[in-house]
Amino acid sequence: MVTAAGLAAARAVAAAVPDPELPMVTVADLGILRDVVTEGKRLVVTITPTYSGCPALREIAHDLRRRLAASGFAEVDVRTVLAPAWSSDWITAEGRRKLSAAGIAPPHAAPARSGPVPLTLTRREPVACPRCGSADTTRTAAFGATACKALFRCESCREPFEHVKAI
Amino acid sequence: MTEDEFAAYQSLSEETGDHRWAFGTGFTDPLEGIDASVPDGVDAAALTAYCLALGDDALIYSHRLQQWMTRMPELEEETALANIALDLLGQARMLLARAGQAEGRGRREDDLAFFRDEHEFRSVRLAEHTDADFAQLAGRLLVFSAWRLALFGRLAASADPVLAAIAAKGANELAYHRDYAAQWVIRLGDGTPLSHDKMAAALGVIWPLTDELFQADPVAARLPGVAADPAELRAEVDAVLDAVLGAATLDRPQGAPLARVAGKAGRDGVHTEPFGYLLAELQSVARAHPDATW
Repeated sequence: MVTAAGLAAARAVAAAVPDPELPMVTVADLGILRDVVTEGKRLVVTITPTYSGCPALREIAHDLRRRLAASGFAEVDVRTVLAPAWSSDWITAEGRRKLSAAGIAPPHAAPARSGPVPLTLTRREPVACPRCGSADTTRTAAFGATACKALFRCESCREPFEHVKAI
Repeated sequence: MTEDEFAAYQSLSEETGDHRWAFGTGFTDPLEGIDASVPDGVDAAALTAYCLALGDDALIYSHRLQQWMTRMPELEEETALANIALDLLGQARMLLARAGQAEGRGRREDDLAFFRDEHEFRSVRLAEHTDADFAQLAGRLLVFSAWRLALFGRLAASADPVLAAIAAKGANELAYHRDYAAQWVIRLGDGTPLSHDKMAAALGVIWPLTDELFQADPVAARLPGVAADPAELRAEVDAVLDAVLGAATLDRPQGAPLARVAGKAGRDGVHTEPFGYLLAELQSVARAHPDATW
């Protein structure tokens, strides 16, 4: 039986697991961690992938089991949910602050999805440079080193930076 | 670096006895922990075939993109294609896993991807086309992602909750792929006379493969409320393609659709000649070393 205090402790442990590809933020900051509940003696942790092919999900599940085991939770189920689909809107204010502090521009609000998706042929809102704050930036690549990022360059301070895509 | 940040990198070299994705395989079921039941009233055999076809489209298309790796003119575009291929591979894994669940014979995603023969693959022939140059790559990706996005937009409301969830998730990714491809088609079409001509020629090659995307599908017809009628997608896809071609100063190509073989095409398991070579490359390692992990 997991007590209420135990569950709160388990939640804190799970929430502190760093993302393997963006280790400056946690799985809770990114909105990947959806729920931590008990089912009798077992702890059930629910996570959701950011992108369909995200290879980090398995690593995250492994880290969750390892850290929870180290905190005394022996029986842990890590479950995946697909719906509702992850959105960059789920990145918390704290997560955005940490991304920005690490030189990664956080995402804008995700495009609203209802009916046919409109074609976007022109650039959306400007992405501010996380180093100097300038809005005079250029997208150098639509995709980056991980599925969730794009590459930008600041025209004011001339530094390149990454941006978490709004989806 | 905080302790947690350091641990994230340090853990990659730990001797834990576990498989690490950065080093090995040992993939788990992409639908692990998700309710696998087929809703009442849904034809499970038809759902199996439908998920298989949509999964095959993504698997085969993803492999074609992977073949471009190390051959792109710029690192940025190579990264873009790797990301798109990864998204499609993720969609393929979930759809093949769903097909295996609906079939109920214990076949997993790898069994379906690596141990079926050519005539058992149900992907549209557009997915297997070999892009001869970057213009064909951009044009084909535009058509494929516009079509698949229109399809997934409808499937997000499917009566099969697993298919609906896969589609809703994939739609977000496909919208980004479509924008990427559209921007290249416009840049090339509305570029120099040479790039314009190459883009126009590329569309002329791709266009005969598009008709098949909207052909009546007997499998979809057996899945009311679950599947989408391919014919219904044409207006939405046409509107997108017309907008892009207009901005790219390109004309919609004329020309007869690629002939069917005795009335059959990709969805019936009838493919073009390059498909066998693609499949041999895709499956050779898994067939040489069945169930291998490292």
